[in-house]
Amino acid sequence: MCLAVPGKVIEIYSANGARMGKVDFGGVVREACLDFLPEIEVGDYTIVHVGFGISRLDEEEARSTLELLKEIEGSVEEAADKGSAHEAGVARSSPLTTRERLGSAERKRRPSG
Amino acid sequence: MTGRDAGKAMKYLDEFRDGKLTRRLLDEVRKTVTRPWKLMEICGGQTHSILRSGLDQLLPENLELVHGPGCPVCVTPLELIDKAIALAARPEVIFASYGDMLRVPGSGRDLFSVRAAGGDVRVVYSPLDTLKIAHENPKKQVVFFAIGFETTAPANAMAVIQAERQGLRNFSVLVSHVTVPPAISAILESGQAGVNGFLAAGHVCTVMGYWEYEPLAGRYGVPVVVTGFEPVDIARGVLMCVRQLEQGKAEVENAYARSVCREGNKPAQAVIRRVFEPCDRAWRGIGVIPGSGYRLREAYAAFDAETRFPDVRGILTQESPVCISGLVLQGLKKPSECPAFGALCTPQAPLGATMVSSEGACAAYFRYGRHADSPMAREVRA
Repeated sequence: MCLAVPGKVIEIYSANGARMGKVDFGGVVREACLDFLPEIEVGDYTIVHVGFGISRLDEEEARSTLELLKEIEGSVEEAADKGSAHEAGVARSSPLTTRERLGSAERKRRPSG
Repeated sequence: MTGRDAGKAMKYLDEFRDGKLTRRLLDEVRKTVTRPWKLMEICGGQTHSILRSGLDQLLPENLELVHGPGCPVCVTPLELIDKAIALAARPEVIFASYGDMLRVPGSGRDLFSVRAAGGDVRVVYSPLDTLKIAHENPKKQVVFFAIGFETTAPANAMAVIQAERQGLRNFSVLVSHVTVPPAISAILESGQAGVNGFLAAGHVCTVMGYWEYEPLAGRYGVPVVVTGFEPVDIARGVLMCVRQLEQGKAEVENAYARSVCREGNKPAQAVIRRVFEPCDRAWRGIGVIPGSGYRLREAYAAFDAETRFPDVRGILTQESPVCISGLVLQGLKKPSECPAFGALCTPQAPLGATMVSSEGACAAYFRYGRHADSPMAREVRA
């Protein structure tokens, strides 16, 4: 029920007094109501649930999360190449710091509304 | 969302399904866990993602995931299913519903069989579709089954607001909304499930924020991690949760910050508050949880299907005597522990709603072959 999918807003217009938009989900374009996202603009990503945008996707946050996770991956692989460096917590890319960051809350994001 | 172009990538979705990243995160989980812990994922969408990706079988043996009550189709009380069936069978009614509800068993039959018998039952993707149906069928009464958690409440509320704005007199809603924090409170208060930490539902929190969980985390000493739906998101939520548990912390953290902020979506909350007010709500298989539902405010009583069709009140209901879905929904039993699972009860012939819904735990166990805690499953975990 709570399934919601990210898509890119490609058009915004008004219909029946509602703020509507066309949203592109990897090639499939559907109409969505954007009344809950007064600040969203064309080119932004939104998360759509039952035909309503419920969030402006924070792209910077998504990128930094993935970078953080990939950093971990890199550090683990690097450590594997270099024997037990990772386990000892002395790998060059300072994996413990990354691992700590991974388990902590992210930067405060601003409300999307 | 269906009909996805198979050839194209879905940005901000595919990256969070990366198997390699998920495994790395689970390696970290394995390194972190030193004692047995039990986590509950709230949302049925998360349950399905966990079973589909096999995450449950890749966790360390002493870390257990139990499945929460976050499936609105599953917890919609039988009385309301029976009311829906009675309304849908009326010749003047077009009954519109999200697809999952059609096969949910009522006391006697389901909405599908009403349709087979000639009732006008339609599946809608969005509540706004129902307004279109009402416009196109002025001589019919269109009734929409407004179910869901906080994620769906603003959309359903907006349909009522637009119906009023458009002067639609042939549109009404049968409301069965439920809310998450009172259900978590009830689970913690009873203590039977022995849950040590929660993965909160990412899209409920997208709408409502997560400030409501802070007093719960403090009062009951349980970490709550707002978690998304893809394997990377879930593995990360699990890691953050066990890390808190191992460090003796009980805080609310956000592992789904690309969609969720602490305050949530305020315009959506304002629409919920305008149309709905909190009420006590019976959850199928669980019972009444105080303050755990929304009902229409008096100002919108004209759109209440139960007011418009007063004779559908007070239907006598009858639950299956074998089904243990209530225990499954509270995290007290696994679907495979039910004697009817996979034999008397299948998605084709369900005894309980948890076997029907695309978010129901029983349906997930059936679909992804968790018929028993098989030796092979144990081997993979070890």
